[in-house]
Amino acid sequence: MTLDALNYAIAWPEIVLMAMACVVLVVDVFVEEKNRNFSYLLAQLTLLAVFALVATTGEETVIAYNDMFVHDSMAQTLKMFILAITFVVFVYSRDYLKERAIFKGEFYVLALFAVLGMMLMVSAANILMLYLGLELMSLCLYALVAFQRDNGNASEAAMKYFVLGAIASGMLLYGMSILYGLSGSLNIAEIATAIANSNDNRIGMSFALVFILVALAFKLGAVPFHMWVPDVYQGSPTAVTVFLGTAPKLAGFAMIMRLLVEGMGGLVNDWQMMLAILAVLSMATGNIIAIAQTNIKRMLAYSTVSHVGFILLGILSGTAEGYSAAMFYTITYALMSLGGFGMVIMMARAGFEADQLDDYKGLNQRSPWFAFLMMILMLSMAGVPPTVGFWAKLAVLQAVINIDMVWLALVAVFFSIIGVYYYLRMIKLMYFDEAEDQHPIQCGRDMQITLSGNGLLILALGLYPAGLMALCLATFG
Amino acid sequence: MFADWPLLSLTVWLPILGGIAVLLSGDKGDASGVRRLALIISIATFVLSLGLYTGFDITTSDMQFVEKATWISSFNINYHFGVDGLSMPLIILTTFTTILVILAAWESIQKNVAQYLAAFLIMEGLMVGVFAALDAIFFYVFWEGMLVPMFILIGVWGGERRVYATIKFFIYTFIGSVFMLVALIYMYMKGGSFAILDLHVLKLGLDEQLLIFFAFLMAFAVKVPMWPVHTWLPDAHVEAPTGGSVILAAIMLKIGGYGFLRFTLPITPDASSTLDWLIILMSLVAVVYIGFVALAQKDMKKLVAYSSIAHMGFVTLGMFVVFQIWDNPANTDHSGAALAVEGAMIQMISHGFISGAMFLMIGVLYDRMHTREIGAYGGVVHTMPVFAAFAVFFAMSNAGLPGTSGFVGEFMVIIASFKANFWYAFLGATTLILGAAYTLWMVKRVFYGEIANDNVRQLKDINAREFAIMSILAIAVLALGLWPAPVIDVLHASVENLLLHISVSKL
Repeated sequence: MTLDALNYAIAWPEIVLMAMACVVLVVDVFVEEKNRNFSYLLAQLTLLAVFALVATTGEETVIAYNDMFVHDSMAQTLKMFILAITFVVFVYSRDYLKERAIFKGEFYVLALFAVLGMMLMVSAANILMLYLGLELMSLCLYALVAFQRDNGNASEAAMKYFVLGAIASGMLLYGMSILYGLSGSLNIAEIATAIANSNDNRIGMSFALVFILVALAFKLGAVPFHMWVPDVYQGSPTAVTVFLGTAPKLAGFAMIMRLLVEGMGGLVNDWQMMLAILAVLSMATGNIIAIAQTNIKRMLAYSTVSHVGFILLGILSGTAEGYSAAMFYTITYALMSLGGFGMVIMMARAGFEADQLDDYKGLNQRSPWFAFLMMILMLSMAGVPPTVGFWAKLAVLQAVINIDMVWLALVAVFFSIIGVYYYLRMIKLMYFDEAEDQHPIQCGRDMQITLSGNGLLILALGLYPAGLMALCLATFG
Repeated sequence: MFADWPLLSLTVWLPILGGIAVLLSGDKGDASGVRRLALIISIATFVLSLGLYTGFDITTSDMQFVEKATWISSFNINYHFGVDGLSMPLIILTTFTTILVILAAWESIQKNVAQYLAAFLIMEGLMVGVFAALDAIFFYVFWEGMLVPMFILIGVWGGERRVYATIKFFIYTFIGSVFMLVALIYMYMKGGSFAILDLHVLKLGLDEQLLIFFAFLMAFAVKVPMWPVHTWLPDAHVEAPTGGSVILAAIMLKIGGYGFLRFTLPITPDASSTLDWLIILMSLVAVVYIGFVALAQKDMKKLVAYSSIAHMGFVTLGMFVVFQIWDNPANTDHSGAALAVEGAMIQMISHGFISGAMFLMIGVLYDRMHTREIGAYGGVVHTMPVFAAFAVFFAMSNAGLPGTSGFVGEFMVIIASFKANFWYAFLGATTLILGAAYTLWMVKRVFYGEIANDNVRQLKDINAREFAIMSILAIAVLALGLWPAPVIDVLHASVENLLLHISVSKL
């Protein structure tokens, strides 16, 4: 087989990213400590270049590398958001890393490889490929969580994340092997055909489905497989938390789409109820336990758990509208989470993590602008119009009501009412309480501009969500 | 004069953008520039909204000043404005009240002035949007959006227990509205449109109607507020700054009443007809029981808050008594239904003026004495004679004295209730006694008698600014009381159309 038959050109972005990650790794060795910014700039440049490559790839679906790799509009959209979000993460994290003396080239190398893993997951047409992408991403993330190695919390978080992540990977692999045994193929499209043609192996298929679903729930942090989420979010350096809480969610969404919808779409009746249970438990647990938190990173972690529940609502509807609603939700959630953790990074300074809720008291007096942005982010997470979080919830609820599961929509809005309380408490702290901490808020101009853009984007998308919605709909339409 | 302008968009966006401008001009240095800017914006908005009145065609019940553009095509959600006789008067009430609120804050608010005024201006635009929106989701965006500035207003500039009160306010309203959202999406799935006028003609079975009715009831009953979901209101009123109380009482409560007219009655007429007894019961409990509760209050703001709940009971009574008017075999010509709904509308507008005036008066006293306890006052008439004259006037109109606007609406609703059932009218009419009792007793304790203490002795009478606010409101109350015809004319075609619509079963 010739190279052309592999259709390798479609994977140019991944190839460039991998090459550049290696270049950063090598170059960083020769860069002196005071010029460490060079590695940072190189990493950012890589992301920009790869983003341009992805953006200029055609829209039509192409399958390459012997049916291992697929490029379609979902992959393109998700990759663009993954790259853009990672770019912003790097901007946010630079000063934070410097202040803690962990401004090292390895951070960027690991993050770039994690991005490569995500891109492979997003483009996987073969379950083995999916698994490899997932492992590449996860291993890099484990290392990133432990990046501040002298910090006890970080080491503990990394350990937990690694052990539970390994169990989940084992589950996934076991489910995949059963699937392979029953269908005789690792190719996602062929698995789908095998499922459509097999009526006698239903039990076996369901068995595989359960293992795969458990692994997906682990990776996404859906209840009851969410135990690692708060600990890891809290223990990691915030610069890593912001990465962990954003881009991998998009990859996780893609993984669900590839495995459950494209691969095991024939079993929709089996996984629909399973996802419904996971969704209800996630929304309930996430929203209720978040109320009791005093640490903002933990609170946002539980908020993530509840948002995962909402994303699952869209997927379980099993319709194109539902998938696009879930995609819209995932993207907007990643943007909100990016802003939320970005705010925590901005408030932090050398020797001070700003991770307690009380650290945000009286923010309106110290910086009205950033208090306003944080308010927008909180309102968006709570789903109050005119922020984009409202449209995300609306789209998901619509998908659920469309399949006559009104009860599920009622449960969802009930728990979102409970959720409103802790987001409002954040606004209360910022606006109604007196400031205890009088340190001026210091951060670089680049961070200020990016964070402002991030917050305003949430508002702008709330005022005009049509573009992003149409983009998501076109993906599955 | 500005018939060709997109008046509704202007009335919504001018205060919102103006509010942002006020916010950006900041709190640095002298605040008088910010105050003037906010006042100019609010007056300009009021003048624009008057264009809605002068250009209004009272012969038709169709939507007027319609603006429509695609907003979110994938969900068929439109940027869709338009007014009829039910919403237009409430829009003018909103723009009118905002001017007074900004004037009232001139001296009493010294902390974060720009943020305070900006919150009011932005809220004004959002409230006008609620009344003008003809797309259900567009409506919902304004409906929820307006909670945010109010939340901040109570929380930042409020009293001692402001945090408790404002979170209670937000969550109560939020609980009500999310279930409405589910109902709206359900109807969209059924009919493929979020346009309110399309929802009016959407065919719905009785079971569906009942569920949708309860979803709407949760949203609107909290907002009105009806007994037994009224408990957020006294807390919110007591803790809110004067301006916040005025807007709450004068406008926000009306949004609940408006919701019944725009959504509940026309979308679920059969459920409304089946469950009219429930609403009538809740309304009468509000009128009678809450009237007694008001009598027992020691805090002036709490007293007026409970009085608001009692008066809003008339609004819901007037809206739902129409079914019993039609069903009453003794009332063979079925007359009186229009009187009931028009009475409810007049009551809403009148209550907007009177409750606003009452809260502004309490604000005047509070600015001077920093207490709202009735017991801390006594003999104010000796030190503030001009103010006392206004106070007695507004108290009389709150009690429903003929010649004031408070009388017109209540009288119309009571007359109409007679056509349904004697006891409705009887129980409703107790408000004339109870209202007089609690309001006049408060006036007696605060204003008459010997001067109670040295603080009262040192009171200064109202200044020119406060005099202006009070006289504008007094003129409005008198005008609506003596000659309500212009407002009723505006309402009439829309009310007739609404009644025609709900008299036909959807089943």
